Amino acid sequence: MSNLEKLLRAGEFAVTAELGPPKSADRGVIEEKAEILKGFADAINITDCQTAVVRLSSIASAAILTSLGLEPIAQMTCRDRNRIALQSDILGAWALGIKNILLLTGDHPKFGNHPEAKGVFDLDSIQLIQMVKQMKEEKKFLNGEEMKVEPKFFIGAVENPFAGSLALRAGRLAKKVAAGAEFLQTQIVYNLEKFSRWMELVREQGLDEKIFILAGVAPIKSVGMAKYMQKKVPGMDVPEEIISRMEKTTDAKAEGIQICIDIIKALKEIKGVKGVHIMAIEWEEAVPEIVRGAGLYPRPSMGEN
Amino acid sequence: MIVAELKPFSEIEEMIKGKQHLLLVGCATCTAICFASGNREVSLLDSQLKLKSLMKSKEVFTSERMLKRSCEHEFVEELGSFIEKSEAILSLSCGVGVQTIADCFPEIEVYPALNTLFIGRPDESGVWKEYCQACTDCLLHLTAGICPIARCAKGLLNGPCGGSQEGKCEVSPDIPCAWQLIYDRLETRGELHLLDEIKKPKDWSKKNLPGRVIREDLLLR
Repeated sequence: MSNLEKLLRAGEFAVTAELGPPKSADRGVIEEKAEILKGFADAINITDCQTAVVRLSSIASAAILTSLGLEPIAQMTCRDRNRIALQSDILGAWALGIKNILLLTGDHPKFGNHPEAKGVFDLDSIQLIQMVKQMKEEKKFLNGEEMKVEPKFFIGAVENPFAGSLALRAGRLAKKVAAGAEFLQTQIVYNLEKFSRWMELVREQGLDEKIFILAGVAPIKSVGMAKYMQKKVPGMDVPEEIISRMEKTTDAKAEGIQICIDIIKALKEIKGVKGVHIMAIEWEEAVPEIVRGAGLYPRPSMGEN
Repeated sequence: MIVAELKPFSEIEEMIKGKQHLLLVGCATCTAICFASGNREVSLLDSQLKLKSLMKSKEVFTSERMLKRSCEHEFVEELGSFIEKSEAILSLSCGVGVQTIADCFPEIEVYPALNTLFIGRPDESGVWKEYCQACTDCLLHLTAGICPIARCAKGLLNGPCGGSQEGKCEVSPDIPCAWQLIYDRLETRGELHLLDEIKKPKDWSKKNLPGRVIREDLLLR
């Protein structure tokens, strides 16, 4: 069992962070970022060619983290692999010692640096979750063939409470739970009011008892970044109040970190939220400060696996 | 219907380079309905080629024919008496038409003047949109008559994805989120329960092979 799963099952408020692999074959970048994050998160997400930009592979990066003594959460999208490649990589990831996996649809190739690429999407994220669960619990491939050694991943999913109608999004979470997702990381929360309403729907369906929900947070670097996310990033909901806090400050980075800390403190009070996922991509240095500021340091350890 | 559009003229020019005697062949079916291969489009392309040849003082001799359907041998064979003087055929039809002409007259070069785009329909005058990907296993009864394979940018069977925003696709604000459309129509009908079940991964095995239908009752052999 992964450290993350043990902590969540023990009722600890979990902290995960995110590490974006480099756009090169440089292992050193991963080592440097890992050094910053070490001790401040229970597990580290490794993105899988995020926004459809080619980067060092998530599974390879996760294996490097494992070798450095950190616990990775390998992300895997449906965008670039068919069901043969997905299953093959799932086996490979487990064999490399990776224990957490986060399964998602993936951004459309249009947003990336190879917009000419054919998007695969042979499976969708719900089918992928179901497939990994079947491999884990029934020791069977998607086609029903049996395997001798199964990959026993702690299965994660994502959900965006801010995309489409709340009822639709809560319904989709129910489907992910039914498919076999065990933990959930949400889209970045800035709109606490809307997130709380989504959590209400989640609790009404009893879903918070069936899946560990980690709310996504991210520090804002500048007012420009806040406005960009508000206007340009699909599926993001940045309220005016955040923009105005960023506009008024003279130290944007410090204020961005403080907003993030304030949001984490508020999230901790929402029933059913079992942890936070801090996304500070290309600003990993902010993570220790946020974790300390939110009173979440030091991190508990469940001992060696 | 099959929707197509004329290739950029520069590309057509590059294809026919060095050919003096050309036969332009239109098709009166699908691609004529979307204004890509009817009499008007054939004549326009013909005039364009002639004008360009005058400008370059390199004479090009063209003739025009219109086929009822470029995708069936019996119609395409009508071209027989017209190809003698031609060095190449410029076919204004979908990819099936180009191949049928090429199969009927393997000794002559056949060039595609159109790009075949999709199976779709006109939604308003001058606007065509894709509605079917010929996936071989129709599921429209489960999705309120809205196809997620053709109309969701990711072809998801259990959508929508996290990129759906205010009913629009993350790819473009001009594209409605197919799954939001499905959800809304099912909600109106009181049939949201159709979304509860997880749809299994699609069987693409038929689509992985060149498609083929054999109807024993219609075979003449």
